[in-house]
Amino acid sequence: MSGKDRIPIFPSRGAQTMMKARLAGAHKGHGLLKKKADALQMRFRLILAKIIETKQLMGDVMKEAAFSLAEAKFATGDFNQVVLQNVTKAQIKIRTKKDNVAGVQLPIFESYQDGSDTYELAGLARGGQQLQKLKKNYQAAVKVLVELASLQTSFVTLDEVIKITNRRVNAIEHVIIPRIDRTLSYIISELDEYEREEFYRLKKIQDKKRIARKKVEAAKAELLAQGVDTRAVNNMLDEGDDDILF
Amino acid sequence: MALHSAIKGKLLSVIGDEDTCVGFLLGGVGEINKNRHPNFMVVDKNTAVSEIEDCFKRFVKRDDIDIILINQNCAELIRHVIDAHTSPVPAILEIPSKDHPYDPTKDSILRRAKGMFSAEDLK
Repeated sequence: MSGKDRIPIFPSRGAQTMMKARLAGAHKGHGLLKKKADALQMRFRLILAKIIETKQLMGDVMKEAAFSLAEAKFATGDFNQVVLQNVTKAQIKIRTKKDNVAGVQLPIFESYQDGSDTYELAGLARGGQQLQKLKKNYQAAVKVLVELASLQTSFVTLDEVIKITNRRVNAIEHVIIPRIDRTLSYIISELDEYEREEFYRLKKIQDKKRIARKKVEAAKAELLAQGVDTRAVNNMLDEGDDDILF
Repeated sequence: MALHSAIKGKLLSVIGDEDTCVGFLLGGVGEINKNRHPNFMVVDKNTAVSEIEDCFKRFVKRDDIDIILINQNCAELIRHVIDAHTSPVPAILEIPSKDHPYDPTKDSILRRAKGMFSAEDLK
């Protein structure tokens, strides 16, 4: 990253206007991206706080659910294998919705009941109440977990997007804008140089002309001293006759 | 939105010890698909780590699963696979198991969030 890193462009007035427009555009984009990053960051913090809250809630809910499982086992006897073998169709399913934050699509999970309970008859002989409680507790746990999952997914997605946005903001701020600035100053210095050169050239030409004129005058004066008067000699091209108008 | 609701509901899947699985199955998340593949896996002390790993990878690949619940002690065993999974869907959720208390410092997500919140927030 030296001062030589600039956009390869021919230094001219046109290029200068173009560069100025690009600089303005880069500043505008930088501002917009910064705003986007801020909006995302705000949402990110919100989600983070919610995740921590829900994680604690999850701990409590899971504890309660595990406890009711123990209760149900005590009342019903071991039913693990029965449950594991009798799986057919899921009753709780997940729907996905999309939420939009500053142009970022965040998936939101939502659980819903679909179909009937497979284990309707479980616990018919004894411990039915405990089993009902157990099911209710685990359904509540699933609800919390689904919420947590959508928060977590948003968290991961936002994390990624924030990183990308910040990278872009920094790239514009530290690479693109300085490069345009350097290009602009390069163009200005080149144009100044041209101007100075032009001025110098002008002066030089005037100088040369003056010397030439002096020489001619000196030659004339010498001729005059020798007795040849060149002052009155007409130009041979100028015949001195009037222009004829037809 | 009409398009989204037309897509049929996705599943949760569970990897964990027997009691966790039984609990969630009673809650109604279990499903066995046409190929007789269940969406849950019971891990006991005889289950090899590679088995859990394969199962986890299979769940990740299945497109009808949106959320994977995994016991934290199982998650610990295949931590490298979980850390390698970065895409938002399916979401992986570490849940406490009956005989292992939940440790927030081990959670893949919370580890990523480390430094953004103070330690007292976790208590």
